[in-house]
Amino acid sequence: MVLEKYKNLLKYYLATKDEGALYRADQFSKRSLQQDISPDEIVQIHIDALQDLYPDLPEEMRLSLHFLLETMISYGIAHQEFRALREKQFELKSEIEVAANMQNTLLNTVIPDDGALDIGAISVAAHQMNGDYYHFINDQKNIGVAIADVIGKGIPAALCMSMIKYALDTFPANLSNPQTILQLLNRVVERNVEPGMFITMFYGYYNQEDHLFHYSSAGHEPGLFYHALSNTFEKIEAKGIVLGVQKDVTYQQYSKYLSIGDMVILFTDGVTECRRGDQFIQKEEIVDVIKEYIHLSAQEMVDQVYRYFERLQDFDLRDDFTLIILRRKY
Amino acid sequence: MMDNHFQSCIPIQKEWDIVAARQQGRDFSKQIGFGAVDQARIATAISELARNIYLYAQKGAICFEYIEDMEHKGIKIIASDEGPGISDISRVMEDGYTTSGGLGAGLPGIKRLMDHFDIYSEEGKGTEVTIQKWLR
Ligand SMILES: Nc1ncnc2c1ncn2[C@@H]1O[C@H](COP(=O)(O)OP(=O)(O)O)[C@@H](O)[C@H]1O
Ligand SMILES: [Mg+2]
Repeated sequence: MVLEKYKNLLKYYLATKDEGALYRADQFSKRSLQQDISPDEIVQIHIDALQDLYPDLPEEMRLSLHFLLETMISYGIAHQEFRALREKQFELKSEIEVAANMQNTLLNTVIPDDGALDIGAISVAAHQMNGDYYHFINDQKNIGVAIADVIGKGIPAALCMSMIKYALDTFPANLSNPQTILQLLNRVVERNVEPGMFITMFYGYYNQEDHLFHYSSAGHEPGLFYHALSNTFEKIEAKGIVLGVQKDVTYQQYSKYLSIGDMVILFTDGVTECRRGDQFIQKEEIVDVIKEYIHLSAQEMVDQVYRYFERLQDFDLRDDFTLIILRRKY
Repeated sequence: MMDNHFQSCIPIQKEWDIVAARQQGRDFSKQIGFGAVDQARIATAISELARNIYLYAQKGAICFEYIEDMEHKGIKIIASDEGPGISDISRVMEDGYTTSGGLGAGLPGIKRLMDHFDIYSEEGKGTEVTIQKWLR
C-alpha cells in the first residue's frame, strides 16, 4: 500500500538521513505521478504517516500540516487539468498527423525523369503541415514546374495550398503558358482567400525541343540560373505582384535558353531566410553550398543542400523549406 | 446518523457568506465520514460556487443535502441564484476559459473534484449548479 511504503521510507530517512532514501523518495514521487496521485494526496499521505510514527505530534504541528493540505487543493485540481489537457493535446497532434498525411497524398506530384532534364525536388514542413507547394507537369514535349509559398505557416497555409492544387487541376491540359496560368490563379486566389493571406508563385515551362525555359513570377523569391560554361550563377529577375492582392493582373513572361549542364534553381523563402543565430544567411552562401554538391545528381544536390541548412538551423526549421533543381542533361 | 431528507441552506450575499458556506459544507462532509482531502475538496468546490454567486449574481444560496443509494452515502450541493445566467455554458465549461486564467480554477475544476456535476442556466433568469460526491 502507498501509505505503508511512504511511512517506511520516511522512517528510514529520519533514522539515517541517507541520500539513498531521498533517491527512493524521488522514485516514489514518479510512481505516484504515474498512478495519478495528486499533490494534495501526497500531503495527506505524509500527514498520515507522520501521525502513525509520532502519535503524540504537537497540536500546532498537526494543524499546520492540515493547513498545508488545504493550500495544496488547487494544485491538485491543476494537476488533473494538466493531465486532461495533455491527453487532448495528444489527440490533436495525431489528428493533425492524419491531415498532414492526407495533404501529402492530395498534393503528391511525380518528378519527370524521362526527358532532357535531370530534376531534384525537396519540400519539408517547419511544423506538421506544409505551406509550400510544388508541382510538375509532363506532356512529353514540355515540362512544367510550379513552386508556391503561402505567407504564413501551418494549417491555414496548408489548406490554402490545396486550393491552388485543385485550381491547377481544373485548367485545360493544353494550357501551359506561365503568364496565363498565373493570371487565372490570381483570379481564383483573389476570390477565395481572405485579405491578408498572400501566395507567391513561380511558374516555369521548359520546351524539350528548342530548350527554351519560359517563366513568370507572382512575387516569388527569385531563383537562380546556373551557366555551366562560365560556372557562374545569375539571379532570375522576374517581376510580378503576389497572387490574391489585385483583381485583374497580367504577368510578364520571360524566356531563357538552357545549354547542356545549365541549371534552374528554384526555392521558397524558407531557404533564403535560414538563420544562423539571429543572422539571415547571405545569398552567396546558398550558391556556395550548391557549388559544393554540383557534381551530384539534381536529387542528391537538393537533399545535400537541405541537410546543410537543417544542421545550420540546429535541426529546427523556422519556415517551410522547398528547393527544386532542374538541369539540362542533353 | 442523519435522516435522508436532511437539508440546509446558506444564503450568499456578502463575501463573508462564502466562508459560512465552506464551513457548513466541511462540517457536513465530516459528519458523513469524508476524509481530510475530500473535505478540503468539497470546501473548495463550495467556495468556487459561492464566489460565482457573489461575483456574478450578487445573491443566491448554497444548499446541502445528505444522499444515499444502495451502496454508498454522499453529499449533494446545490448552488442557485436568480442572476444574469450564463448564455454559453459549453464555453465556460472549457478548460482555461475562466477569467482568473490560471490552471485548475473555475467550473471545469469543480467538475473534476466531484462525481457528478450538472448546470442549468437561463439568460436573465438565473443559474443552478448541482454537484455530488460519494463516499468511497
Ligand atoms: N452564477 C453565475 N451567474 C452568472 N454567470 C456566471 C455564474 N457562474 C459563472 N458565471 C460565468 O461563467 C464564467 C466562468 O466562471 P468560472 O468557471 O467560475 O471562472 P471565473 O469565475 O474565474 O471567471 C464567469 O466568468 C461568469 O461569466
Ligand atoms: Mg469563478
